[in-house]
Amino acid sequence: MATVGRALLIVAFAVALYGIAASIYGAVRRERAWSDSGRRAVYALAGVLTLAFGLLEAAFLRSDFSFSVVATHSSTTTPAFYKATAAWSSQEGSLLLWVWLLSLWSSLVLVLVGRRVREIAPVATAVLLGLASFFLTLTIFYANPFDTLAIPPAEGVGLNPLLRHPSMMFHPPMLYSGYTLFSIPFAFAIGALITRRLNAEWVLATRRFALGAWLCLGIGIVLGARWSYTELGWGGIWAWDPVENASLMPWLIGTAYIHSIMIQEKRGMLKVWNVSLVLATGTLAILGTFLVRSGILDSIHAFGASTLGVPFLILIGAMVLGSVGLVIARRGDLRSEHQLDSLLSREAVFLLQNVILVALCFVIFWGTFFPLISEAVTGTRASVGPPWFDKYTVPLAFALVALAGIGPLVPWRRMTVAAVRRSFVAPLLLALALLVALLFVSGARADPKALAFLVVVGFTLACVAQELWRGIRARQAVAREPAPVALVALVRRNRRRYGGYIVHAGFAVLLLGVAASTSFQHARDVSLRPGQSVRVDGFDIKYVRAVAKPEAEKISLGAVLDVSKRGRHVTTLRTSRGFYPAQDLSLGIVGRFFNGEAESEVGLRAGLGRDIWTVINPDLGPLQRIIAEGNRRFRSAMLAIQAKGDGSQASIGQLYALRDAAVAAVARRFVTAPWSSQFRFIVSPLATWIWIGAIVTVLGGLIALWPAPLTARRRVTAGYAARVARELARS
Amino acid sequence: MDFLIIVVVLCVVVAIVGAPLRRRGEQEVESPEVGELADLEAAKEAKYREIRDAELDHRTGKLSEEDWRALDRALRGEAVVLLKRLDELRDRAAAVS
Repeated sequence: MATVGRALLIVAFAVALYGIAASIYGAVRRERAWSDSGRRAVYALAGVLTLAFGLLEAAFLRSDFSFSVVATHSSTTTPAFYKATAAWSSQEGSLLLWVWLLSLWSSLVLVLVGRRVREIAPVATAVLLGLASFFLTLTIFYANPFDTLAIPPAEGVGLNPLLRHPSMMFHPPMLYSGYTLFSIPFAFAIGALITRRLNAEWVLATRRFALGAWLCLGIGIVLGARWSYTELGWGGIWAWDPVENASLMPWLIGTAYIHSIMIQEKRGMLKVWNVSLVLATGTLAILGTFLVRSGILDSIHAFGASTLGVPFLILIGAMVLGSVGLVIARRGDLRSEHQLDSLLSREAVFLLQNVILVALCFVIFWGTFFPLISEAVTGTRASVGPPWFDKYTVPLAFALVALAGIGPLVPWRRMTVAAVRRSFVAPLLLALALLVALLFVSGARADPKALAFLVVVGFTLACVAQELWRGIRARQAVAREPAPVALVALVRRNRRRYGGYIVHAGFAVLLLGVAASTSFQHARDVSLRPGQSVRVDGFDIKYVRAVAKPEAEKISLGAVLDVSKRGRHVTTLRTSRGFYPAQDLSLGIVGRFFNGEAESEVGLRAGLGRDIWTVINPDLGPLQRIIAEGNRRFRSAMLAIQAKGDGSQASIGQLYALRDAAVAAVARRFVTAPWSSQFRFIVSPLATWIWIGAIVTVLGGLIALWPAPLTARRRVTAGYAARVARELARS
Repeated sequence: MDFLIIVVVLCVVVAIVGAPLRRRGEQEVESPEVGELADLEAAKEAKYREIRDAELDHRTGKLSEEDWRALDRALRGEAVVLLKRLDELRDRAAAVS
């Protein structure tokens, strides 16, 4: 089947090249047949790549170790769920996933635009197929997932333990969906620039895809944060790692874009800005993919050093130069149709928000690439850490959250002073009340920065709540419906507006969780023996007993902990560290089961008020003497069998059974004669609100993304004014 | 078996991609009016959305009665201009075909 896989990749590459040629020919000669053929090449590409990806998945699920990528990223003991996800844990498989998703999303956009954007679509098709060709070149010539081994091993290396987490089923596909979906507005922007069709048409055709990209990338980022919180064993959600930053940068610029295109749609303004934003987003998406794959920056998320850096740099260089050149060449066609009416308008708020988002992206870009910049300038690679990022990003996040509240209150074009009073008094009073309450009731005054942030979040939530309430009242005045019915009807009729407001509320809640859980967090690293206790933020945490679970896949050593407050039981936490057998036989027959890669199972009690989080790091020092003795004895037994020439399956099988029993016995020592283990305990308030905020944000995004009822487009022969009124009433 | 699968895939791909070219007898050439029509349709939809948004802004207290009436009148005027241009273009396209 590997042969079929390789052939499918070559067929896909040929289809993509043909599609580029057909689309360009169709666009230049304005012949629909060729454009349609190019469009169909995208559908065919999606079909061929679906087959190829299916073949790779089948190889993983069958544990077919004749595939090099399966032998190095899976094993027979890997659970089926993780076998399925192992396909994208490899460089080769993830590149195939990237191009497969690109082909699927490209097909979807071409189906949905149908006969619209006829002039732009063939050029956009060529751009999308160009990107697909690039990734197919990588999969065929640099990292082929269908490469085979001359002598397949009996057992595979297994999946990296850190990737054995449910989030990993969805995190990479979501990130790649985000990246590839951002390629769609990028491609249509290029098409619009080349064909000089720079009005709102291409924006409308791809707006939903930009929103989908933003949503998918956002979900991917949040799933990554959840993985970090529950798997990496340090208790945080964001470490300003280069690969994390690489996904955040296109998301930030994408956020700016989905706001500012509304100004272009409504007012025909900011065309240069919008097209620059979308071209930057598409390029940053490729930059993010490059950072994961090139190994130029140190990251726990990267695939390590590879030869893919140069091709990616060429592509990114071409995208940047091409984009800048096109924007300069078309600057005459990109002139704004209107001017900003007032600084107190929705347009002005969006512009300010855009500037902040771009500044945020620039800060992150600078911090991420600082090691390369410093190396180029001083010859020494230096990096900046979380405090540097926090110094600049926190004030910008402050302003963003405040604007998330201010924006919905400000109308398009201009706002009068009277309207300012009407709209802002209640949210400001609520924010003031919150400030007083936090100052006198909570301990938040200990951290003025966090206190100010909580008040800003309160203000934003009050703004959104007021908008929803006013909308409900307006709806009730017309339809006389109960409030819940009016709310549903209001949101249904204005999905984009109220979906957006819900996103703002979710985003504020998410950042509230981040601010509170980091500013008011209590963390302790302690060494405990069974029976010993520690107090963290008023909680008494007792190490009740040690536990060990030797399995074929891994050996888990862990602890059961009792958490109580003022003598009352709060919860029981279970945490463990799983040790996966190493393939390196020099670690010893027994030793390789304890000295390979390891992952943490976090003990977590999540609550609306606070999370109690713990992780164990068992000290294997006391076991090393027994492990060394086991290694010596089994080596002797092996040599004895070899000396006797008794290499029968039965005697080797017996020896392996004895080895497994010895490994289990060594693991049990952790329970029967326990010693001190290292623990990290974290009590963080409102951490759960990070995930609640994320869910609300996704919900709002889905509402905004959901198509509105189709506007009836029948031609009306009545007078034009009446026709406007009639068509408005119908939609 | 592998060879057969590859041949079948190739045949299906050629059939899908080549279908529009086999119908080329009609030689459909895109008319320039098509793009302009689409632009105007998009502008009309955006204008309608702007009118609706202004109305909702008024009903939720962000725009005073006076401001909204002036804005609504202006926006509807712009929508009428777009409709007229759309009709002219459609008539022109129909005359050409």
